[in-house]
Amino acid sequence: MAEVVTLREAVAELVHDGDTVAFEGFTHLIPHAAGHEVVRQGRRGLTLVRLTPDVIYDQLIGMGCAARLVFSWGGNPGVGSLHRFRDAFEHGWPVPLEIEEHSHAGMAAAYAAGAANLPFGVLRGYAGTDLSQHTPSVTRIECPFTGEALAAVRAIRPDVGIVHAQQADRAGNVQLWGIIGVQKEAVLASRRSIVTVEEVVDELVPRPGAVLIPSWVVTAVAAAPGGAHPSYAHGYYDRDNGFYLRWDAISRDRDAFRAWMSRHVLETADVEEYRSRVEEAAPA
Amino acid sequence: MSADGNGHSAAEMMAVAGSRRLRDGMVCFVGIGLPSLAANLARATHAPGCVLIYESGTIGAKPRNLPLSIGDGELAETADAVVSVPEIFGYWLQGGRIDVGFLGAAQIDRHANLNSTVIGDYDHPRVRLPGGGGAPEIAASCRETFVMLRHTPRTFVDRLDFVSSVGFGDGPGARERLGLTGRGVTAVITDLCILEPSPETCRLEVTVLHPGVAVDDVREATGWPLEVADGVREGEPPTVAELGALRALEPAGQGGGDRKGGTA
Repeated sequence: MAEVVTLREAVAELVHDGDTVAFEGFTHLIPHAAGHEVVRQGRRGLTLVRLTPDVIYDQLIGMGCAARLVFSWGGNPGVGSLHRFRDAFEHGWPVPLEIEEHSHAGMAAAYAAGAANLPFGVLRGYAGTDLSQHTPSVTRIECPFTGEALAAVRAIRPDVGIVHAQQADRAGNVQLWGIIGVQKEAVLASRRSIVTVEEVVDELVPRPGAVLIPSWVVTAVAAAPGGAHPSYAHGYYDRDNGFYLRWDAISRDRDAFRAWMSRHVLETADVEEYRSRVEEAAPA
Repeated sequence: MSADGNGHSAAEMMAVAGSRRLRDGMVCFVGIGLPSLAANLARATHAPGCVLIYESGTIGAKPRNLPLSIGDGELAETADAVVSVPEIFGYWLQGGRIDVGFLGAAQIDRHANLNSTVIGDYDHPRVRLPGGGGAPEIAASCRETFVMLRHTPRTFVDRLDFVSSVGFGDGPGARERLGLTGRGVTAVITDLCILEPSPETCRLEVTVLHPGVAVDDVREATGWPLEVADGVREGEPPTVAELGALRALEPAGQGGGDRKGGTA
């Protein structure tokens, strides 16, 4: 059964230096508050797994938390490059970053295999691309029934899976809706899991089409209202597209990035203080 | 982006030409940026029944404003269905349900292979791009694929720095050898022209020149010896209705999101 705790307690107890950690949420419900808490607690040497390492991993990488990145698309959606990711990969700043690169379909199959307790996922993928030459966790296999050549991708089994959702109840059952990404797979593939939520409610009202993650597969639930910002929580608040556009200039410069992270993350205690500093800084 | 005598820019001509390739009722897997602009223009003009699928799992999205990312809330709110990422790539794309994939790229070669990963060496890149995202399997499994990118010697290259997505590999027979189920790239839409693969050689050749563009203009912007189809013709300029719909879609200052490849 999940324990309902503070985010600080959840990260302190469940995320360790050197862990493989998957923060998921495909453009929606991105667990930024949890990422910030990992930065505050100064974790190092993490292997970060995520289909789209957008602003959340730009921040973790730029603060020196990551040694390795497993991903399939590393950009600021609709805007351009992730400058901190590029600086770490191209120049080793602030620490060197290794990469393991996939396609989205490959990562999705690898998460699904992890959730299903299989050693690898299988797909029609990677064929003819240069990705497989650079990614040792992808290989070709022959179908035992038809002889077809298919791609095999090693299952993703993170130490910790971290996702954000709209609601949990007091027993730690989680409900999320809208774009549902790979959150269920990420939780089920991981040894431990943290779910941050917009609110803890007395009773979850079932919603058609929603994903329900029962308390007994979640390790810890923590309230983090506004915790997806600058991503969004369907039904709660919209994506802060202006922030993604502004991030380009903030992240381009090492000092500007450090100053921003100090003011908004290191000098804030939690997501509420973060939100108030972001609102102060936002253009009217 | 200078307007020509007909009152439209080359970028607008490209968006309109891209939209015209989509037929009403087609099921289209859309990349963000130029493809998303063209696909939404098609929905706003001649193809209102075009089914737009974004890799965020939104099936039948009908955005009123052009989304900045493939996961904007408006896509989910207006979709017929929202499914998980493993499902969109597994059941819908790999399952062979998609008519056309619509992609951008940073580089393309004469066999319509695409690079959206890296410029220069992979381990020590000159420019590290976002990567393939959904594109490798979109290019593999959609029944056909359209590509949109600006036409310059830096984008139309003799040799790709990295193959992110396969068009026709090294030529005829390559897709079959690789087990790729879709037909591959059937149209490349640029700000100068439209290129299509020759059925015999699988090499791209110019089939349509945008109004006011000469073959030599295209040749100068292409990093390999350009081939021109027999019967190459000049395309139609945008109509007033197309331009009006396009300008209503593009958010001010966003310029249609000129993103270099990938799909997220």
